[in-house]
Amino acid sequence: MKYCIKNGKIIDPAGGYVGVGDILIDNGKIAAIDGEISADDAEIISAEGKMVFPGLIDLHTHLREPGREDEETIATGTKAALKGGFTAVACMANTQPVADNGVVISFILEKARKEAYTKVYPLGAITKGLKGEELAEMGDMVASGAYGFSDDGNTLMNASVLRLAIEYASMFDRPLMLHQEDVNLAGNGVMHEGYWSTVLGLPGIPDIAEAAIIARDLTIAEFTGFPVHCCHVSTKKGVELIRVAKARGVRVTAEATPHHLTLTDAMIETFDTVYRVSPPLRSEEDVEALRQGVQDGTIDVIATDHAPHSLEEKHREFSLAPNGMIGLETALAVIWTEMVCTGILTPEQLVERMSVNPARILKVAGGRLRPGDPADVVIFNPDKQWTVRSEELVSKSKNSPFIGKKLNGRVESVWVDGMLKYCNENFT
Amino acid sequence: MIQLPKDILGLKELSAEQIQHILDTAVVCKDIFKRDLKKIPTLRGKTVVTLFFEPSTRTRTSFEIAGKWMSADVVNLTVSSSSVAKGESFVDTGRTLEAMGVDVIIIRHSLAGTPKLLADTVSAHVINAGDGAHEHPTQGLLDLYTIREKMGRIAGLKVAIVGDILHSRVAKSNIYGLLKMGAEVTVVGPPTLMPRGIEQLGVRVEHSLDAVLNQVDVVNILRIQLERQQRGYFPTKKEYSKLFGVNMERLSKAGNDVLIMHPGPANLGVEIAEEVSVHPQSVITEQVTNGVAVRMALLYLLTGGGSKDEILH
Repeated sequence: MKYCIKNGKIIDPAGGYVGVGDILIDNGKIAAIDGEISADDAEIISAEGKMVFPGLIDLHTHLREPGREDEETIATGTKAALKGGFTAVACMANTQPVADNGVVISFILEKARKEAYTKVYPLGAITKGLKGEELAEMGDMVASGAYGFSDDGNTLMNASVLRLAIEYASMFDRPLMLHQEDVNLAGNGVMHEGYWSTVLGLPGIPDIAEAAIIARDLTIAEFTGFPVHCCHVSTKKGVELIRVAKARGVRVTAEATPHHLTLTDAMIETFDTVYRVSPPLRSEEDVEALRQGVQDGTIDVIATDHAPHSLEEKHREFSLAPNGMIGLETALAVIWTEMVCTGILTPEQLVERMSVNPARILKVAGGRLRPGDPADVVIFNPDKQWTVRSEELVSKSKNSPFIGKKLNGRVESVWVDGMLKYCNENFT
Repeated sequence: MIQLPKDILGLKELSAEQIQHILDTAVVCKDIFKRDLKKIPTLRGKTVVTLFFEPSTRTRTSFEIAGKWMSADVVNLTVSSSSVAKGESFVDTGRTLEAMGVDVIIIRHSLAGTPKLLADTVSAHVINAGDGAHEHPTQGLLDLYTIREKMGRIAGLKVAIVGDILHSRVAKSNIYGLLKMGAEVTVVGPPTLMPRGIEQLGVRVEHSLDAVLNQVDVVNILRIQLERQQRGYFPTKKEYSKLFGVNMERLSKAGNDVLIMHPGPANLGVEIAEEVSVHPQSVITEQVTNGVAVRMALLYLLTGGGSKDEILH
């Protein structure tokens, strides 16, 4: 099938094309990109007044399969991703069983091949059982198709294990994605430690729990000379440490989530567990620093940390509810509304943080619309206003902190490898 | 006509007028202590459940007596913490009680925020009898009542709250209540037991009890949880007592009319010496008495009681 997307405002910073033009899709690839393309045999799609992006790539998704198919599956999670403008997701290893061996990686890829709406890049565990003790079989997982490694929400508290993991993983040239929170400083905390944890009487997690581990990890990465990736940075101190390390030449990349960029710990005032997340929502000052970090490139990537949880799990005592919120369907519009409409990011910078840089870190094709690139393309209507409604979410879980919020910008069409998979609210 | 909210979850949510109204109503309720026959029909036909997820004898007994003297049917439910581990849903427990037609649920829980979760689940009135380190509003109210009764006012008084501020719901409810009623509050304790940002609530923070003691009108001494020592918040009980314990020597340095309070149960010889606890300046037993009066007032006002003059008739 051939498509010609006409007259859209193309935002392709990696390919060097920013401006109104046409894109020809043929045989799964970008065939041409130019000011005007005539293609009589192609289906013409008008993108007049809309924007055209390379497909977004989420570096941090929980698809919950295998193990918690009641909360999300590879099918429903990638459906949510597609609706949100993502053409690929990297899925975390904290499945049941843990993705710490080639068999589970193969299972995820096989399931994805049959059922997924987007591309799926499985991440394997760094250590066996996510326990932080012994290295998992990284070589076996790479051979089975793993794209990177992460112990997800677990910090590698043993610095020696981290050093070995960085050195060992360097053989495979795959990213090592680190959760950074000192478990002793975090203690039994369930929210950011500060004024609001004091008011609410909930145990707090200080920002130094994150900063201390980021400082340690950067030091170790610098020593080894190999790269590390900091997952969901949430603190001002963390951003500052990464900024300084980058300036010094440390090979580090970092991500932040839409919720850490837009919500604060004050939201927890009513003990609503939808706001319980790891790392916790921080102070206004942290949010401001995080936004600056995304703007100046200290934070390379905006990733969702889409973490589906069932109503039964979330509708309970705050301290006993699980961490996490969903984000795939709202990420683009939330960032557009809160950071592009407000002038913090340009559309090009948004595409860099949500498509170009994730592709670079995962070392996958995508994030660019040059001829020959895979035709992962999104048409985005920046003027469309919509309200997030629980019943309209296609994710199996509804734990979104943005329900009821009015957002600007809506995904209209998405192609994955040249196939039009989503068009005007319909999955095809 | 001063209205109370549906639920009493904390003193942070109450206005000075509402607090005053509760205290004034409690004055009338306290009259019942003078009676030979301590039973009035005010809450006949109302059902009050005490739902305690954490052991407590004082607070629960106080609520139970308050309800029974007013002729409410009081049902005590103790939910062992193991039920939580067994996976019993808290929200489901609330719905079950609601279905049984209870009018007021009094809840104590070790986790902050559970009374709010219950209040959002049921249409019955919910009274927080202490949740984690969040609030203990009836303790705050009975402390305010006691101060007002003994000192004749609250506004303008200087109050020190001494001890484990970090884990104390009593401290928080006292702080909100005292500040709203116009008192000045100083919290005193080791830095390890001070929560971050506490000064933003409008209190002064001090780490030396001796520096504070002769400058205040009221000293409210918090119970020190002995397991905090194991967690490393302070080195030993002995050292804690030396730095923050109120003994006769310290009392003698304080003003002659300083009021000594303690929410109980006290670790005698640790945060408060036994002689201090029974000293004429101590109002610890009156606090217990006033607790019943304040809880009667709350039950009465929440279940639709109007004028305080109608309570005893």
